[in-house]
Amino acid sequence: MNAKHSTLIGKLSLLVVAMFAFGYALVPLYDVFCDITGINGKTASEPVSAEAAIIDTSREITIEFIARPNQQMPWIFRPEVRRMRVHPGEIHIMNYLAENPTGRAIVGQAVPSVSPGQAALFFHKIECFCFTQQYLAGGNDMLMPLQFYVDPALPAQFSTITLSYTLYDVTSQWQDSGQDTATEFGE
Amino acid sequence: MSTVTTADHHDEHHDHKPTGIKRWLFTTNHKDIGSLYLIFALAMFFLGGAMAMVIRLELFQPGLQFVDPQFFNQMTTMHGLIMVFGAVMPAFTGLANWMIPMMIGAPDMALPRMNNWSFWILPFAFLILIISMFLPGGGPDFGWTFYAPLSTTYSNDSTALFVFAVHIMGISSIMGAINVIVTIVNMRAPGMTWMKLPLFVWTWLITAFLLIMVMPVLAGVVTMVLTDKYFATSFFDAAGGGDPVLFQHIFWFFGHPEVYIMILPAFGIVSAIVPTFARKKLFGYASMVYATASIAILSFLVWAHHMFTTGMPVFATLFFMYTTMLIAVPTGVKVFNWVATMWRGAMTFEVPMMFALAFIVLFTIGGLSGVMLAITPADFQYHDTYFVVAHFHYVLVSGAVFSIVAAVYYWLPKWTGHMYDEKLGQLHFWCSLISVNLLFFPMHFVGLAGMPRRIPDYALQFADFNAFVSVGGFLFGLSQLIFLWVVIKCARGGEKAPAKPWEGAEGLEWEVPSPAPYHTFDTPPQVK
Repeated sequence: MNAKHSTLIGKLSLLVVAMFAFGYALVPLYDVFCDITGINGKTASEPVSAEAAIIDTSREITIEFIARPNQQMPWIFRPEVRRMRVHPGEIHIMNYLAENPTGRAIVGQAVPSVSPGQAALFFHKIECFCFTQQYLAGGNDMLMPLQFYVDPALPAQFSTITLSYTLYDVTSQWQDSGQDTATEFGE
Repeated sequence: MSTVTTADHHDEHHDHKPTGIKRWLFTTNHKDIGSLYLIFALAMFFLGGAMAMVIRLELFQPGLQFVDPQFFNQMTTMHGLIMVFGAVMPAFTGLANWMIPMMIGAPDMALPRMNNWSFWILPFAFLILIISMFLPGGGPDFGWTFYAPLSTTYSNDSTALFVFAVHIMGISSIMGAINVIVTIVNMRAPGMTWMKLPLFVWTWLITAFLLIMVMPVLAGVVTMVLTDKYFATSFFDAAGGGDPVLFQHIFWFFGHPEVYIMILPAFGIVSAIVPTFARKKLFGYASMVYATASIAILSFLVWAHHMFTTGMPVFATLFFMYTTMLIAVPTGVKVFNWVATMWRGAMTFEVPMMFALAFIVLFTIGGLSGVMLAITPADFQYHDTYFVVAHFHYVLVSGAVFSIVAAVYYWLPKWTGHMYDEKLGQLHFWCSLISVNLLFFPMHFVGLAGMPRRIPDYALQFADFNAFVSVGGFLFGLSQLIFLWVVIKCARGGEKAPAKPWEGAEGLEWEVPSPAPYHTFDTPPQVK
């Protein structure tokens, strides 16, 4: 095999490796892209500070709450109310009821999604049970609070925002992390 | 191994080659490997076709008659995988192996040993894939697009075999592509400048770059599916912070260039055949080269048009809609160039030309339904219906497959030294042309009326059209047996073919005798 071939093969093989890496690089790129643009209904996973702006009393936004456990998740999980009407800028608290009907402790993680996706950037959570994993001993129930406000900068085209939570059983990952749980999250 | 490979051993023993099975197992000769690829592709074409027959049998009537839904899903999945990776892609690689060295005046492919390897791993990949169907739980049944979570949460353990098989196919394609690029870049005969390359060589060069760019991405995404399923990663699992829509983005980043991998060499074939039988030079050679390159570049910017219904923002859907429609421009350039080549040509209508003409008409129909699908608001109606099935079968069956068949008829005299049976060939053409339209055209109508794809049953109002489609399918399947017969008959004997059996043909491959000797262009020809 002559040198001309080897150089070209080297370059082409490098391209192959680079494209394989690019496939994996798409994973973080996708997350960053969704974070910046807020598309895909992904809300921020960090709390925002409560220094809310002026309350815009000129309009009301309907917030719909959807909550469902994932198929493998045995908890009963629902919002206290299905919908509420809020003024942009107003801070509200919404409680979600979680009940573990099984005989064993289960750790849950809620994953939020906002629809329409473009409104996700304007839905701010000051405090949310979805920021951390939630521990619940068998046979117990608890109220999980969500504190939020709608950004007054929300474009006028949005009059309804749907916030959906899917609750996943992450007990296996919790045990892996080896934290002491029961004391931190009481019933 | 008694096989002193002839590639490192050029000498006066011109037809020296080992005999029996060893010749084929250890061969490094581009013509042998080309034949192996083509025979393998033909076998896979019939296997994948048999699965399509099962699908059409089940869909002949509404209700569930012959197979259960899970098996039906395996059939649609395996049909897609086998036709894409087992029939169309290896057939083009086989044509590349046979023709590229002869077209550019090279003695062989640049990397003959790798060439042997890249073919011989392929049968094992498909063996693994087919074996998975006979294991408990059955084979892959999540569609050839293996969307997560169908292929992760809801799949059975054949997924591991599927992933392994796809890896092997990918490695084979990448090695083949590297070989093609090195051959074309380094081994052209003196005087064979870039803008003198036959278009088949040009289109294959660009296809090879597409393969190198996207097959590794496919390897990445199947690996993610594998680790999500077995090693507790969460690339596509929302519970662990992943996102199933991400799967579609990565898959279609591979998948859209992949569809051009299956059509660009077809453009090269048609660009060789049309001038021959129109007895004129190809109209707009340079624009053909640039159009091919533009299609290849654009193919990286359109992937999300497969995902309009995933809830993308309006801006993104508009971007992908416009870039998709832009592809119609270079493709249109090609179609008009072919038509202009025929304009006032002294045309004759031998079988290769008939298939090339059918390609131009039917591929354009498929292209136009593609433009319809690109319109975002309209796509919400067409998405996942038989309209999509009609679209991609028009471009892949009456497009890619017809071009491969045309290429086989065109170069068969060069390969075998015999003319094929023109009467049988014409019969094959007319049977194929009529049945392929019976098969795929009514799918447009049931698709527009809302019949979903990949479902073993359908609403009663679609019954007549589906019976019609199934009859077309059976006829198309049977017609291909004529093709098999023509090829076997031609390989066995027939009228002796001259070095240049087609009056208007141009190119180095016609300067060597027919059948092409085992070694050609040991001393490079001078290209003027």
